[in-house]
Amino acid sequence: MELDPFVLARIQFAANISFHILFPTITIGLCWLLVFFRFRYTITGDRNWEYAYDFWVRVFALTFALGVVSGITMSFQFGTNWPGFMERAGNVAGPLLGYEVLTAFFLEASFLGIMLFGKGRVSNRLHLISASLVAVGTTFSAFWILSLNSWMQTPTGFSLEDGVVLVESWPEVIFNPSFPYRLAHMLLASLITTMFFVAGISAWRARKKVDGPATWKVIRTCVFAAAVLTPVQAFVGDMHGLNTFEHQPAKIAAIEGVWETERGAPLTLFAWPDEETRSNRFAITVPKMASWFLTHDFDGEIRGLNEFPDAHPPVAPVFWSFRVMVGMGLLMILVSWWAAWSLKRNERAGPRVLTALSLMTFSGWIAVLAGWYVTEMGRQPWIVYGVIRTREVVAEHGGGTVLATLLVYLFLYAFLLVSYILALRYLSSKPAKSLLAGQQLVPGSPAPEGGTQ
Amino acid sequence: MEQALALIFMSVMGLALLIYIILDGYDLGIGILLPLAEADEKDMMIASIGPFWDANETWIVLGVGVLLIAFPVAHGIILTSLYLPVTLMLVALILRGVAFDFRVKAGTRGRRLWNRMFFIGSLLASLAQGWMLGVFVMGLEYHAVSVWFAAGIALALPAFYVMLGCAWLIIKAEGALFEKAIRWARRTIVPAGIGLFLVSIATPIASSEIAAKWFSLPAGIGLLPIPLTTLLAFATVAWLLWHEQALKAGYGWIVFLAMAIICLMCSLGLAYSIYPDIIIGKLELVESLAHPKSLQFVLVGVAIAVPMILAYTVFIYRVFSGKASELSYE
Repeated sequence: MELDPFVLARIQFAANISFHILFPTITIGLCWLLVFFRFRYTITGDRNWEYAYDFWVRVFALTFALGVVSGITMSFQFGTNWPGFMERAGNVAGPLLGYEVLTAFFLEASFLGIMLFGKGRVSNRLHLISASLVAVGTTFSAFWILSLNSWMQTPTGFSLEDGVVLVESWPEVIFNPSFPYRLAHMLLASLITTMFFVAGISAWRARKKVDGPATWKVIRTCVFAAAVLTPVQAFVGDMHGLNTFEHQPAKIAAIEGVWETERGAPLTLFAWPDEETRSNRFAITVPKMASWFLTHDFDGEIRGLNEFPDAHPPVAPVFWSFRVMVGMGLLMILVSWWAAWSLKRNERAGPRVLTALSLMTFSGWIAVLAGWYVTEMGRQPWIVYGVIRTREVVAEHGGGTVLATLLVYLFLYAFLLVSYILALRYLSSKPAKSLLAGQQLVPGSPAPEGGTQ
Repeated sequence: MEQALALIFMSVMGLALLIYIILDGYDLGIGILLPLAEADEKDMMIASIGPFWDANETWIVLGVGVLLIAFPVAHGIILTSLYLPVTLMLVALILRGVAFDFRVKAGTRGRRLWNRMFFIGSLLASLAQGWMLGVFVMGLEYHAVSVWFAAGIALALPAFYVMLGCAWLIIKAEGALFEKAIRWARRTIVPAGIGLFLVSIATPIASSEIAAKWFSLPAGIGLLPIPLTTLLAFATVAWLLWHEQALKAGYGWIVFLAMAIICLMCSLGLAYSIYPDIIIGKLELVESLAHPKSLQFVLVGVAIAVPMILAYTVFIYRVFSGKASELSYE
């Protein structure tokens, strides 16, 4: 089999960005959660909030480091593998990435030092401000990178000169049609992913009996936040979908598995979309529902994939990724509501709720990855939708070179992911500081198993 | 207009890369020195860079970012022709970066593994950066001369980083580690000095374009301050290293300052050698420039953000000034 450097370059980019996105997704949400802990400690003076901060800031540091190093890889990938993208769309992409570095990266990386090591060196107030600045930095970062990604999906505010993109209006470029929806959808995804991540690990600690009062404050915060945020996300996701229907009909056709343009299109729950026969096999459908979801009219028209010959995305991966994302989202609503209901009635949740929460620790990652696969594969074969094709901008490396570097990256990422989860396990298996502090208050209480360190 | 923009963005890029070499240089140097230290000294060494490394590493993102934004064509050519060393450097920087956190969060058994990763990552990143600098100075050509030249810089740059790392430890460390840092620096200064000297001599020999720029009158006389200042700074470092009482009296920071001045002089020399090209003999800055309208938009951000970044970088260094105490997450 001959190695196609183009396919390998795409796999390499997908591998890098899939690995990268795991960590910012957590750091954006976790940083705001840490600001909340710090803020609660500042106004209530309850040490448990500080214990919660101290524990989770270490997880934050670890996650942040992985996000930074994998992000640096991303910034070089444009040049090493996709030089044509910067040559043709650089007038848009360059400044947006530049603003991300200038307004976000330095802010995060600099004040992280105080956030981690500031205790005893700076006042509590400055500590709180530093944590807030890091949180603002992570959010700015999301703002700029999602603006660029959205522009690649729904480009506006530019003109073309010899195939090179020139900017006509920066406001139209930055606030392009899909940007507000994508930004809201991703920020919510980040918060929800964090809530399940933090609640999941805390629940695991509770099951291992290394939990203290602070652990339970954290669980309650995350469960209630998730119970509120998950339905909001479903609503925002729906609006995002309607926006995509308007601007990228081929993506929606792939999501819904609609081949021929039709009125009153059925909602396909499950099927095997087959590009050879250009039809769905083994389809289970609900009549007219797809039209109703997308046009809010049972007889609304949905344009089919066959209207976009040679310019529609691969159908099956988009179709399936979408169902994984939605399925995971629904499961997250159920679990968060169940846990919230249980925590509303009792001070502490029972073992079944704790088990469910800890099983859902990484559920956000799955939903986020699936969602990004929908939107990114759904944009193909374009790199800038309707303007530049992905194949036109790839670097001319030999297949062997790209394969070699791809294997190195894959090996490294697998190693780092295992190390990350092992480190989380190691950190979480130590008795909570709030547990130890509580026991010291009671004279004659037995030392916790395994000692203090 | 375009000339001015090209010059401004080249300066911003140069400034970012210069700051990167100085700041991440000491981080990487300390990483290379790590195996020579005892276990508790290792903790101290890492504590001395803990609050800073993340921001230090961000300067290379800005440097490469400006290359990408302002000179997209050059960015594509440079990074595709340096594909393998860039990949090696990225893998190395990943290992180094995560080792900071993993080594304290992976239990005692993991600590040795991550210390080793920290060392390997720092060393490989430095070697790769030196190699890329060499190939770049040779105009991205691969022939016998340029390969030898690049190999030479690949070895000289880590030695230089080790000097920076020692200088940082002289500021930050106490006790036995302080003494060791001085010893390490004394041992490194000779190869680092020879390396710097050879690179300076070899550059005009290997590249006729650069030779023509330096050895012509009257420009040659105007350029004399660059090698002279470098020499003076080098002599200062050497003098201080063999006068321990001055270092103990708190003048250790002069070693670091002098090293930073050497970096500044080298980059001024390099900038002069390259300008007005961005790839020597192949591509001019202006030819590679992005659209002026886009660059003006970025320039506003640069003019506001870079002074702010510099200000809070200074602030952070002040917060964590003085000898490095045990920095723990507890």
